[in-house]
Amino acid sequence: MKYQSQKVAYWFFAAAILLLSLQIVYGFIMGFAHMGYDGLHSVIPFNTARAVHTNLLVVWILLGFMGAAYYIIPEEAQQELVSVKLAYIQLISFLLVGVVAIIGYHLNYWEGRKFLEIPRPLDWLVVVNVLTFLGIILATLYKGKKRTTTSLVLVMGLVFAALLYLPGMIWFDNQTMDSFFRWWVVHLWVEGVWELIMGGILAFLLIKLTGVDREVIEKWLYVIVGLTFLSGILGTGHHYYYIGVGKIWLIVGGIFSMLEPLAFLAMALFAVGMYRKGEKKHPNKLALYWTLGTAILSFTGAGLLGMAHTLPQVNMYTHGTLVTAMHGHLAFWGAYGMIVFSFITYALPNLTGRKLYDTVNGQLAYWLSNIGMLGMTAAFGVAGVAQVYLERKTGLEFGAVQQEIEVHFFVLVINATLFATGITMFIVEFFRFGKPNDEALGFEERMQKA
Amino acid sequence: MLSKSQARTFFLGGTIITFAIFLGLSWNSLSNDVPKQTNPQNLNEQVVRGKHLWESNNCMGCHTIFGEGAYYAPELTKVFERRGEGYIKAALMAKTPWAPRGRKMVAYGFSDAEAADLVEFFKWVGEVDLNGFPPKPDVSR
Repeated sequence: MKYQSQKVAYWFFAAAILLLSLQIVYGFIMGFAHMGYDGLHSVIPFNTARAVHTNLLVVWILLGFMGAAYYIIPEEAQQELVSVKLAYIQLISFLLVGVVAIIGYHLNYWEGRKFLEIPRPLDWLVVVNVLTFLGIILATLYKGKKRTTTSLVLVMGLVFAALLYLPGMIWFDNQTMDSFFRWWVVHLWVEGVWELIMGGILAFLLIKLTGVDREVIEKWLYVIVGLTFLSGILGTGHHYYYIGVGKIWLIVGGIFSMLEPLAFLAMALFAVGMYRKGEKKHPNKLALYWTLGTAILSFTGAGLLGMAHTLPQVNMYTHGTLVTAMHGHLAFWGAYGMIVFSFITYALPNLTGRKLYDTVNGQLAYWLSNIGMLGMTAAFGVAGVAQVYLERKTGLEFGAVQQEIEVHFFVLVINATLFATGITMFIVEFFRFGKPNDEALGFEERMQKA
Repeated sequence: MLSKSQARTFFLGGTIITFAIFLGLSWNSLSNDVPKQTNPQNLNEQVVRGKHLWESNNCMGCHTIFGEGAYYAPELTKVFERRGEGYIKAALMAKTPWAPRGRKMVAYGFSDAEAADLVEFFKWVGEVDLNGFPPKPDVSR
């Protein structure tokens, strides 16, 4: 790290992995419930576990993005954050809102719209919070000496993400309209502006880790985010196939969804290409592992597995089944979970001044979590495809089908255990680094010279 | 080879054009499709109250409608047609968890009026033209 204020990023990362571990606990509750063991039903019914699981996901990923932004922007703009104090207040208040929301979910207090379950009054607090965050970032960028493409793409992603939260806050009597605008938030986040944020972080990491010229990397960054929007915006159509709007979306959504993997393919080729081209040997090998891993797995999970059930003819049968959960898990992990992990792995030595670069724990964390998640994806896939055929093709009753596929959740839980073990090792490593400190200023540069 | 400024033009141009098309198509859907396919004239107070109940109890945390929600409990788009009013009300008003084949639903213990609101909501949901969803089973057993 080069600027003292970057240290605030550490606490965002700590909060992010804390919430991730909680997310995993609720995941297990649901996995067991699907196997038929719902002993916690009276305290944590499935809909509570589900809302907590997905909301924690969104919150920890956002915390990861915010932490990454607080680290990247000072370095790119060559300017300390305008207010560290405000950044800490923003973190604490964001966590408070999250905790209140989660407690509320256990007391049947929510808005009950998939992914946007936070009750309305808390929505407004989120808005204030995100505005504070953006204020700090934009003011820093404005005062800074430089405005690089990487920082602009990152900030553009963050600003759009905030703006797109708003359509989700409009009340509609009509379920179709409700769903239509809910996807403006959910789809345009994860298949639009979040990819901008991911692209910005990825570009920063590749510049640092491979030493390839910034101009080359940033040119490809434009191409990638260009492909993202070109396919992703009209790709929203794949959520409009069967919600009560016209058939034009079957064509538009179908065609543009088929193009969506291109952005991820470009990202994978770009990361691997830059890695091969790079001459600089950055000592942080694990960060490079995670960076290449996220580029490749996001193509697999978000790109290919998404495409696999996005054709209208296929989606007619897979829509609203466990096939979606299959795609969802590898997509969120491969693209957004792993980019946050890449960044944490890259930033930790620089923030703390400890060179735990290529440790056994770190390697185990990488392999166990990824193998576990791939296994979980396979288990969801098998369960989902079986469900599609039994329920949608042969017309077997829902509950009967669920009993047939219970065994796949046993496989799921085993793989989830592998995944959770990997994450635990990651957390152990995280704490071995200790706290960020001022002696770490200039650490990365010293290590590279050595 | 592509220059950086060409790459930027590709990004900005592509984004503006596709977003403009997206807005146009959305406008068309909301002003033409929604009135035709969703019977807004039937959206009476009862249906709206039913939607409130649907959301304030996070039914989507287990069930799906229009294929959206969670995959722990049955798709409810056509539940009115499939089960009828009596069955739905029984599940909603039960004081102990409704548990077909052992999988438990939260015992909401709704009043008769609330259950009726939800039934009206499901009736409206079931009449929306969803371009053929949910599919009819087409493999004979």
